[in-house]
Amino acid sequence: MSRTDAVPSGASARPVPGTTAGSGPFLPGTFRPAPRPAAAWRRALALAGLELRITLRNGEQLLLALVIPVAGLIGMTVSSIVDLPEPRVDAVVPGILSLAVLSTAFTSQAIVTGFDRRYGVLRRLAAAGVGRGQLVAGKVLAVLAVLAGQIVVLGVIAAFLGWDPHGNPLWAVLLVLLGAAALVGLALLVGGLLRAEAVLAVANVVWLVLVGVGGVIVPLDRGPEWFQTVGSLTPVGALSDGLREVLQHGHAPSWTHLAVLAGWIVIGWAGTVRWFRWL
Amino acid sequence: MTLDDAPAGPGEPALVVDHLVRRYGSVTAVDDLSFSVPRGSVLALLGPNGAGKSTTIDACVGFARPDSGTIRVLGADPWRDGARVRPRIGVMPQSGGAQASARTREMLRLLAQCSADPIDPDWLLDVLGLTAAARTPVRRLSGGQVQRLTLAMALVGRPEVLFLDEPTAGMDPQVRRLVWNLVRAVRADGVAVVLTTHLMDEAEQLADRVLIIDHGRAVADGTPHELTTSEQTTLRFTARPGMDLTMLRTALPDGFAISETSGGRYLVEGDIAPATIATVTSFCAQVGVLPSDLSVGRRTLDEVYLELTGREVRG
Repeated sequence: MSRTDAVPSGASARPVPGTTAGSGPFLPGTFRPAPRPAAAWRRALALAGLELRITLRNGEQLLLALVIPVAGLIGMTVSSIVDLPEPRVDAVVPGILSLAVLSTAFTSQAIVTGFDRRYGVLRRLAAAGVGRGQLVAGKVLAVLAVLAGQIVVLGVIAAFLGWDPHGNPLWAVLLVLLGAAALVGLALLVGGLLRAEAVLAVANVVWLVLVGVGGVIVPLDRGPEWFQTVGSLTPVGALSDGLREVLQHGHAPSWTHLAVLAGWIVIGWAGTVRWFRWL
Repeated sequence: MTLDDAPAGPGEPALVVDHLVRRYGSVTAVDDLSFSVPRGSVLALLGPNGAGKSTTIDACVGFARPDSGTIRVLGADPWRDGARVRPRIGVMPQSGGAQASARTREMLRLLAQCSADPIDPDWLLDVLGLTAAARTPVRRLSGGQVQRLTLAMALVGRPEVLFLDEPTAGMDPQVRRLVWNLVRAVRADGVAVVLTTHLMDEAEQLADRVLIIDHGRAVADGTPHELTTSEQTTLRFTARPGMDLTMLRTALPDGFAISETSGGRYLVEGDIAPATIATVTSFCAQVGVLPSDLSVGRRTLDEVYLELTGREVRG
């Protein structure tokens, strides 16, 4: 007796119990070939949906994406550990937004990609006809969705802390999108090149280093000159300084920051196209 | 026959592999392999670990570029035209490929969403006995459950060609039988199936055609019946281990093979006739041993396989 015989056929009438000859307990035609791929955008949405659900269930990822930035926002605003101009919240928010982008677009995405490769998930999806563009689009959509959630939560908390954003919000959106594009490219490069354990180590160390030199905690212009130079060449430094120019000081971001972000976009994505091991 | 880019007509085989060679560095993983698989039939690639079975599947799916030779899946080259081929095939890779943090049902639904008209994923979970594990994260499934999920993921898009790499590894006998029934149903519905296995009974039960490969080369090719019958029959007997068989070899006419398959078990292969038995027993009488368990029979697929691929254990 096969196991299907014991399966109640409530959900579907297709398994027919008791037949043993020929094709077994399945109605003829059940598996008649009729492949019809779904539209590319549906596949990308489905991939993004699963990645988003997994992120929201994963405690470590939530810690990285939300708990640490929220704690940083509140802690740095209400305490005076770091020497910041008043109102403190206006000086804290640009750094914290950069931290949120760094955590989601780089660290989380690099680790997810590294382990997806390790477990053959990308291979599995490629075998089902999911193209590279669809895989990348799914990841980018998932990152954007998480980012949108982070910005809403952080923005609301900052508003309660008395945040008064200045400048044209479109500049801020552009900076966040450029920063995310640069960091996702770098995440795919790291996650697509190294072994999963190495990805884990690199993604976390780079996170720490960029939090340190990227103007997340101490604004770049409050450190020594070398700190300012080195920091503003990193993607997170260019992002945080650009956001300070817009949200804190109310003017357009300097072209050097935009150019640095564009440079990192080229490096990350060109490296990904060249070295990413899809299988 | 020219194979260009013409789509496979209904009469054309769904898969044609022609003189496939695939090397990894200095190792030739697949060495001049040719076969074809018509719709509604099952080909079993049978061989020991490292024989080149998975490499062959990788090449058919378009994940490995042939160093020479051609592959046509549904009329197209899977390496150059993977985007056209892969939505029409189903693949069950050995690595599984389910996201460890995804739940069983979630993972299958993702694959279902890649298709515009999938088989109902809940029905597949039900049939494969995974309904109770539908909300279990993949990382907490047993090896056999992961295998069943992987099979479901291969089937859900209603493929025309199905590649199953060691489909029943890690499954208990009941589930293995269920999977066998499923493969039979899939075949009866017109799907071309390629499966790799190192289980003789699996090949014997399911395959229309068996290709035994070793060190990347085809060493035998035929229906299970052809491989086990031919004019070759066998005579087996048990006697003192380590007998010198030279005298028996000279006593038997040409065309017979004599070997000691394991300590004290002897196998004579050839056109066994009553005279052959007389020769064997008189040889035994001359060397003063009493043969026991003397029997005449067809070869089993097991014997064909071991004879062709050798008896030493490999990694």
